[in-house]
Amino acid sequence: MSYFEIILMLDATLRLATPLIFAALAGLYAERSGVFDIGLEGKMLGSAFAAAAVAAVVYPHLGGAGWLSPWVGLLAGILVSVALSMLHGFACITHRGNQIVSGVAINILAGGLAIALGRAWFARGGQTDQLGNEQRFTAITWPGAETIGDIPVIGPIYAELISGHNLLVYLAILAVPLTAFVVYRTRFGLRLRAVGENPAAVDTAGISVPWMRYKALIVTGVLCGISGSYLSIAHGASFVPNMSAGKGFIALAALIFGKWRPFPAFFACLLFGFLEALEQRMQGATIGGLAVPVQLFQAMPYIFTVILLAGFIGRAVAPRAGGIPYVKER
Amino acid sequence: MRRVLLAAVAVSGLSAAAQAQDDFLPAVVFDMGGKFDRSFNEGIYNGVEQFREETGIEYREFEVTNESQREQALRRMARDGADIVIAVGFAQAPALEVVAQEFPDTRFTIIDMVVDLPNVQSVVFQEHEGSFLVGVLAAMASQTGAVGFVGGMDIPLISKFACGYHQGAAYVNPDIGYFENMTGTTPAAWNDPAKGAELAQSQFDRGADVVYAAAGATGLGVLQAAADAGKLAIGVDSNQNYLHPGTVLTSMLKRVDVAAYNAFRSAMDGTWEPGVQVLGLAEDGVGWALDENNESLITDEMKAAVEEARQKIIAGEIEVHDYTVDNSCPL
Repeated sequence: MSYFEIILMLDATLRLATPLIFAALAGLYAERSGVFDIGLEGKMLGSAFAAAAVAAVVYPHLGGAGWLSPWVGLLAGILVSVALSMLHGFACITHRGNQIVSGVAINILAGGLAIALGRAWFARGGQTDQLGNEQRFTAITWPGAETIGDIPVIGPIYAELISGHNLLVYLAILAVPLTAFVVYRTRFGLRLRAVGENPAAVDTAGISVPWMRYKALIVTGVLCGISGSYLSIAHGASFVPNMSAGKGFIALAALIFGKWRPFPAFFACLLFGFLEALEQRMQGATIGGLAVPVQLFQAMPYIFTVILLAGFIGRAVAPRAGGIPYVKER
Repeated sequence: MRRVLLAAVAVSGLSAAAQAQDDFLPAVVFDMGGKFDRSFNEGIYNGVEQFREETGIEYREFEVTNESQREQALRRMARDGADIVIAVGFAQAPALEVVAQEFPDTRFTIIDMVVDLPNVQSVVFQEHEGSFLVGVLAAMASQTGAVGFVGGMDIPLISKFACGYHQGAAYVNPDIGYFENMTGTTPAAWNDPAKGAELAQSQFDRGADVVYAAAGATGLGVLQAAADAGKLAIGVDSNQNYLHPGTVLTSMLKRVDVAAYNAFRSAMDGTWEPGVQVLGLAEDGVGWALDENNESLITDEMKAAVEEARQKIIAGEIEVHDYTVDNSCPL
């Protein structure tokens, strides 16, 4: 494998890891506040559908301002995701329901509803209309990528790895240090972590535990909405039933992998992205004259997860108040 | 009662044709991917729609969304008195074997698979021949000297496409670079355009500049990736040239629409026969698509070469190896 091919593989890693990064950070806010969220998958699907549907429908009405349509789509995706997030909050913060049950319900609801609405509105078996380039977030070529790309060694890094992604990819990478800053360096972050570890103490300090958790879930909704929109209006060009294909759960695994911390979770997402990129390139490869079965490479991300979780990562301790609805003492 | 009536119709001939039309009840069970996959299932849909428009006879339909529904759907169609049921796709074969035995008087047509029962008509296509032709075109259109293939689910049928395509490309250029990827090993692989796009991109990264997608709705992602990267893609089953005019080199046509239409039509006319129908280049069952969306991409030289290859295959001068015969590809 040449140097250039390795650069291209890292390039694919970034593209594939982006939805995982957003979703893992989304999960981080929810879980750090003490609300388990296995509904990431459902929120991604819901927002992917909303973004693609709205971007497709709104485009003809925008006339000359067609470039706005991916933004309107993104906004719709975020709104749907936040709405689902609030549903989760209403069930398990306000009414102290079981967080796992609520999350599963959201997954089922979003998956089914997206297909049902898609069939009714677009009559394409659950798919939305194909989006044109103006209706999507397309690749941004950085200034000078053409000329700098010819410089050996550094050139390809700039031209392929850094330049040529869509806006949301860059946003995902920026979201990581931002999240780290918010969680560890701001008052909101301190309260967020406290409410997930010891809500009674937060309550004693005169801060509303439910409202704190709701705020965390709003952030979760926003990030998850971007993640889902990325799938349908940036990386892809239409919504397809079940297009999230378990990414919400993989993001959750990455979050646990990273022990609920932003940077480790980010690297876990990159690892999963890299394994997926590797799988695609290693198919049909021969090692020592033996054709390696496709299935082996497809199973690799999961094998790695098990090995790393069992052997190298050590104990991952969840936020202590996670999963427990807060009951104010009377 | 209906069957008695039908028999009467068959005997009394044309005079009762109108009555038969009122009573004729065709049905179709689409497979996963859905009738709007713009590929295999949509081809069937176009065929049955054509039948409906021409005859005014409504058909019953069902779109399978998970594996356990196939048998139920087929059984329900048969039990409700359908005169002919089209089972779309190889995956319906096990379900059809059960249901066809339960309803020996109902006629079934299965597309893409052989089910050997007295009341089943099996329509299979020589996909390797059509794929050979688009392989010829791909190799001639390629400037990098490398072509790619993205398949859906990893099954022998899809390897048959891949193997024919590879042979066609190698026929033009024996040193051609060739990359092959399968999307997955479960039926979900028919419906994952994001992964299809990534696989196509990975092949472009490795030097291919023409990628052939035989992957149902996953192929939409492949075509999209080619359009985004300014490379060429080849569609499959239905004519997909219109999806991205200018970057879809051609489409390997598999005339499932004709097969579906003929099944309904012959059942209505009483000429339907059980057994195996093999549709290849000679029968125009497979071919390649040329229309206003891709005519600028196809040179006269390419046209001539592909036509010559077509004639030679029909005449038996070129023998395209069928992967499913021995589960291996000679290349």
